[in-house]
Amino acid sequence: MVASIENTPSALKTFAENLKRAPIRLRESVFRHDWPDTDRTRSQAVFANFFLHLHSTRIHERTLRFWSTCGMGVGALANFVLLTVTGILLMVYYKPSTDLAYQSIKDITFIVPTGQFIRNIHRWSAHMMVVFVLLHMVRVFYTSAYKSPREFNWLVGMALLVLTLGLSFTGYLLPWDQLAYWAITIGSNIAQSPREVTDAIGVTRFFDPGGLQKRILLGADTVGQEAVTRFYLLHVMVLPLFMIGLIGVHFWRVRKDGGLARPADEPGTPVRLLTGQTVSFAPAPEKTYGLMALVRGKTPQVDRGPEHTITAWPNAFYAEMAVLMATCTICLVLALIADAPLKEIANPGVPENPAKAPWYFLGLQELVSYSAFMGGIGIPTLVLLGLGLIPFLDSEADTGGLWPTSLTHRLLIAGSAFFSAFVVIALLAFTIRFGWLRSWFPHIPQLIIIVLNPGTLLVALFAEFSLCIMNRYNSTRAGAVALFTCFIVAFVILTYVATVHRGPNWSFYWSRSQWPIH
Amino acid sequence: MSSLRKPQPVPRRDFLGAAALMTCGATLGLATVGMARLPFPAVIAGESSKIKIGRPDDIAMGEERWVPSARAFVFRDKDGVHAISGVCTHLGCIVSRAPTGFACPCHGSRFGPQGEVTKGPAPSALPWLEISLAPDGQLVVDVESRTATGSRFRV
Repeated sequence: MVASIENTPSALKTFAENLKRAPIRLRESVFRHDWPDTDRTRSQAVFANFFLHLHSTRIHERTLRFWSTCGMGVGALANFVLLTVTGILLMVYYKPSTDLAYQSIKDITFIVPTGQFIRNIHRWSAHMMVVFVLLHMVRVFYTSAYKSPREFNWLVGMALLVLTLGLSFTGYLLPWDQLAYWAITIGSNIAQSPREVTDAIGVTRFFDPGGLQKRILLGADTVGQEAVTRFYLLHVMVLPLFMIGLIGVHFWRVRKDGGLARPADEPGTPVRLLTGQTVSFAPAPEKTYGLMALVRGKTPQVDRGPEHTITAWPNAFYAEMAVLMATCTICLVLALIADAPLKEIANPGVPENPAKAPWYFLGLQELVSYSAFMGGIGIPTLVLLGLGLIPFLDSEADTGGLWPTSLTHRLLIAGSAFFSAFVVIALLAFTIRFGWLRSWFPHIPQLIIIVLNPGTLLVALFAEFSLCIMNRYNSTRAGAVALFTCFIVAFVILTYVATVHRGPNWSFYWSRSQWPIH
Repeated sequence: MSSLRKPQPVPRRDFLGAAALMTCGATLGLATVGMARLPFPAVIAGESSKIKIGRPDDIAMGEERWVPSARAFVFRDKDGVHAISGVCTHLGCIVSRAPTGFACPCHGSRFGPQGEVTKGPAPSALPWLEISLAPDGQLVVDVESRTATGSRFRV
């Protein structure tokens, strides 16, 4: 027995031994624990893992009920992941140049194996992300989840909404087809539209923020190679970086602000979890917990989650996986059904007729058809400002987390929706039938139209309505509900009219079959 | 006795700390200004704004023609030649000729025969463009220029 005689084993032997144990030691250096299979070890695993650490080890039982979140936040993230993966794949072939861009998209469509499918997924998940982010905002608003201490996270969420729209807009130019060229021509001229105001008051020569915005977007006076380079840079680098950073802040704040907004616990009926397990909750003891409290075994909390919480692993993970899978499924089905469009190659001499932006910008395009500045910059700024101020102007205490249940509250929402629908449809019908100021007084100063057009009139009516409701119910929350509902309904109706009923020359048609030959 | 407190000297550590912080701030600020300069090139990429549209004799009396390279309608009548920009003053779409003047496909702006706004969101009339004669005898339209409505280039 050589080894027992010698106190120190030979270096070669140690080396051989280390080599044999290398895979195990590598694994141990990464994970530092075995496969976790009890609540305690799982909690430790969640706690110790950089990625899982996004979750707290235990989460409130309410968080996983479907109607608490409808899965919209996680769904939006799932779409972002899908977009990142498919976006990187598309970048393998895409060439950001006016000469090559269109051909490279054609290559992706017709030559690259799975190319068209990947592009379809990219396009559909972009649409879905916009929908999910909007619905997420609607959920957070109606469940009062923006209230203290979550005001700042509401603002971060709005920044994420703007980034989502920005990513969609910048991606729109890249195929360099007719749709792309004209949508970006219109978009960059909207960026230039403050000139409408500076022109009207005659100061454009000294002060031209509109021209500056267009110049920084396009790098030239018209949409061309410089614009493609800049939009590509924004689309694949700048905006995604901001997005990832802000998503991190958003999630971190969700945790730091105490998890999902929810009402006070009330000891109630047992809850059935996704894992099939049923748990009931003991009344919350008046003390704080360390990890020790998570030990499963003979403690006063046997099989009972303290404070209505359940372990994140596996309960939250199951739920998140389910949302991820559902999102992917919907997206794949849509990508199989409908191909991403590719029109003729960009032709600066012939505009698309009608030239329509993607659907989520069509509500704005409808407003732009009254005044470029007000519709494209003035009103969106007002709406964002209004949304951002909601948590600070409505400070009525509320734990949040519950959908409105009282009849008064629901009637208020229905009433606001009805008011908004009535006003928007009436104003649209009037404008379509009788025109607006310019049609009656051709020489009217532009400044009057900027101030007084159907868009600004809507905003003023909504603000007035909201103040009336606030006064009548003597509640700032009621005012906020009225205003938010009005804007959502107006957004939906304007988007619908612009998508379905606007035809060539932006004229109104009941259906596509009435479009004239053009 | 004066009740005024003697001015306290700023501790050296605080002074240096504040100075370092301000230096960092100034450096970052200047760097930002420098970087903000980058997206605005000294020369704007793109075609020349002066476009040749052919000899005056090529355009028949009473003719009007669409010149795609200049994105303008060129007219010739007994008073001379004039050009009206075909770029809508609203959001930059190309207008088409309509019986009553010009019509924009994007947001429904309508213009009269002189380019004046008759309907829709366009904030101003279609501009008339300056026309000159190149040394080789061709007419030149400057698409960036503006000239008074009704002015003609005599040929």
